[in-house]
Amino acid sequence: MSEKDMSENESTRTAGSAATSGTDESVALSIRDLNLTIDDHHILKDVSLDVPSGKVMGLAGESGSGKTMTGMTVLGLQPEGAEVTGEIDYHGENLLALNDRQMASYRGHHIAMVFQDPTASLHPMIRIGVQLTDHMRHHLGLSKQEARERAIELLKLVQVPDPEGTLKRYPHQFSGGQLQRIAIAVAIACKPDLIIADEPTTALDVTVQAGILQLLRHLCDTTGLTIILITHDLGVMSALADEIAVMRGGQIVERGSRYDVIRNPQHPYTKALIDSLPKQMMERRDQAAQAGQTAQAESGETEQPSEPQEGGQHD
Amino acid sequence: MSDTNEVTASVPALKPRKKRFELPPQWKTAYGIIGVVVVAFWLIVAIIGPLLPLADPLAQTAERLAAPSSAHWFGTDELGRDVFSRVLYGARISIPVAIALVVLSMLLGGLLGMLAGYFGRVLDETIMRLADIVLAFPPIILAMVITAALGPGIGNAVIAMLVVNWPQYARIMRSMVVGVRGSEYVISDRLLGFSAWQTLRVDVLPNVVSSILVLATLDFGNAILLLSGLSFLGLGAVPPTPEWGFMVSEGVQNFSAWWIATFPGLCISSVVIAFNFIGDTLRDALDPHMRKHVQSEAM
Amino acid sequence: MTETMENSLSWVPRPMRCELEVNNLTVAYRQPGGRVNTAVDSISFKVSAGEVVGLVGESGCGKSTTARAICGLERPKGGSIMFNGKKITPLTLRRRPKEFQSIQMVFQNPYASLNPRRTIRHQIEDGRRANRGEAPSVEELLDLVEIPRSAAGEYPYQFSGGQRQRIAIARAVAAGADLLIGDEPIASLDASLQAKIAQLMRDVCLKTGASLLFISHDLAVVRLIADRVIVMQSGHIVEQGPTEEIWQHPKEAYTQRLLAAIPEADGLGHIPQV
Repeated sequence: MSEKDMSENESTRTAGSAATSGTDESVALSIRDLNLTIDDHHILKDVSLDVPSGKVMGLAGESGSGKTMTGMTVLGLQPEGAEVTGEIDYHGENLLALNDRQMASYRGHHIAMVFQDPTASLHPMIRIGVQLTDHMRHHLGLSKQEARERAIELLKLVQVPDPEGTLKRYPHQFSGGQLQRIAIAVAIACKPDLIIADEPTTALDVTVQAGILQLLRHLCDTTGLTIILITHDLGVMSALADEIAVMRGGQIVERGSRYDVIRNPQHPYTKALIDSLPKQMMERRDQAAQAGQTAQAESGETEQPSEPQEGGQHD
Repeated sequence: MSDTNEVTASVPALKPRKKRFELPPQWKTAYGIIGVVVVAFWLIVAIIGPLLPLADPLAQTAERLAAPSSAHWFGTDELGRDVFSRVLYGARISIPVAIALVVLSMLLGGLLGMLAGYFGRVLDETIMRLADIVLAFPPIILAMVITAALGPGIGNAVIAMLVVNWPQYARIMRSMVVGVRGSEYVISDRLLGFSAWQTLRVDVLPNVVSSILVLATLDFGNAILLLSGLSFLGLGAVPPTPEWGFMVSEGVQNFSAWWIATFPGLCISSVVIAFNFIGDTLRDALDPHMRKHVQSEAM
Repeated sequence: MTETMENSLSWVPRPMRCELEVNNLTVAYRQPGGRVNTAVDSISFKVSAGEVVGLVGESGCGKSTTARAICGLERPKGGSIMFNGKKITPLTLRRRPKEFQSIQMVFQNPYASLNPRRTIRHQIEDGRRANRGEAPSVEELLDLVEIPRSAAGEYPYQFSGGQRQRIAIARAVAAGADLLIGDEPIASLDASLQAKIAQLMRDVCLKTGASLLFISHDLAVVRLIADRVIVMQSGHIVEQGPTEEIWQHPKEAYTQRLLAAIPEADGLGHIPQV
């Protein structure tokens, strides 16, 4: 887990992903040597990341790993008093060099965000219609009528039933899944080309989660939207992300294609994450049982090869 | 076992702590020390006041409205009484009365609020509607009416002020108890066989008491001012008893003699601020989380 | 101190002592406006001694209400809950009856389940006092849940979420739990800890001879630890049976949907189709 290991892994990874992900891909967002310090606490350390255009870039990691902070910094929403160095390149513009006013014109317009809890991200006392059209009229300069028409279109796109009725209602009249769809509609309303989705399905039931994942994939495939997906759930990551960066303690420890990172993790931390999945624990337990060992070995002592045996046979 | 992730998140060195309330580190803040020193000073003055070589606070002399001088350090008032002496004697009235009022309202209001919050239903409705009735009146008017009915005097003034003062404690206490009551640790302890009263004592009280103490220290100023208001109306401290609030109101009538109101006013401020400092320090000292506040906020 | 070193000896399972029978349990809440919301509608199931039962379903299906009713925290509108032949009565202001103190619960939010102002030792001692037999020592209990013994004198805020859940488990075991109920005990934890803590709960129950009713919406974890699964939907039990059987051959459409919705970390980019 030393620094050296990590840099080695990183170099092999980058080479690997460049080879697999085609030649003419453009980059939607490029983060270079991003460092963030708050009161001498080094929250982000030399984070560098290229987000390929039209793809889903996953940021995996546990709480405190800096994945959310990375997303917030891209939006210029880092906490008060944070010192940020490095570069966030968005179509030739360094977002970190912009002042608040300039950043505000990017935020919501070119880069938007979807949060974990839709009941908290939508204003409880304002009708959906207003929340969905206000920023469109501001950023896109639409008339009231045009904004309304676009809002209905958007609600159709995110598959909310009865779009016209929805505009007149308040957030508490919807279920969590419907609200998350509406929040996504709000996020994509001004035609951003990048969305940062921070644990977008963590607060939802599994069956609802599946629908939201499908929607995000659909938007990505049909509208060319780029998504930075932040989640600690490797199942969700594996379902949606095209590329995955694993973060720990403010650093990216491993980066590569979805398949490589999950099936053939190089960094010990990534391996530990994969090994802690229930399915992997079950497989290890079954192996142990087959090997005639007692049930005591099942819970730990991960000395035995823990990689999924069928790795590499698919695809 | 290989809890890699969890172990890294854990506290580096777990050093054993002996006692639950180890005051020193938390009390060694500048504010805490200043607060304690000032309050201690006034308490000592209040206790040993009569033993000090002071002028008689009630003795009227011919030197009326004299400016501060070596003979009368804080000057004299319009009856020629020594302000310095009256200020020090005033501590004997204002501080004990304020402490009594604040402590009694905290106990009464806190207890009622806790019962209302924890047991809810009829008890809650009864207590809180009673509090609403009291809060519906301007406090000074209600206190006046009650003191007038009971007859003037410090003792009756304290009772009257208690009646108007407990509801704010009850309200705050109730809302905090309601917050803690449903906590999973309270339920856990109920499941372990604690009775409702036991959880109230073990789980609820320690988690709400610091906020109430802070509120109480902030309330000292109010208490002193309320008493002075009553005294001014002739319902609290009866003249010529030296009482800070009453002295301030006297001074307000003599703007040219600035010393009459200024010195008792400064005394009130010093006590109020000192108690606020103590309150802040107390809050931090009682909260185990504050001990490593900075470190744990890192991420 | 020395005898605790061979702590494997102190965890000889006691005789199995849990027999929980839930018969036609109905729990209803009156909502503001007079409407009645039936959270649990006439459900029946059993938990036998030494068994690990998973209770799964989506939010609002009534699984937490069921757990609370078993602990006496809800007053059933109908039906009964029998524990070792005795009917469980709702909790009053008095102490909980001794015979039901061996039903213990681990809650969802690790940050609320320990009293922030009392040391770990104090809180585990509370559990030990509830034990009707001879309670294991605090040190043994900390060993059991893999928390360093030196941590006993610390306050909860010094521990991570996973560690707090471990301490909550230790407290439940200290009380001599015959039935341990986990009400979404892993839902607030980081993904890498969820399976570990769940597995720990299973191991602890097997070691101490307790039964485990594990409530979760995470079906993959339930599959890892449960012998038997009960699937709930909007207050009803949809299906119950041995875990692997339900997994391989779910009979009900709802169970099938639920199982199909789990995204699998296989690196293949399959989005569950529901």
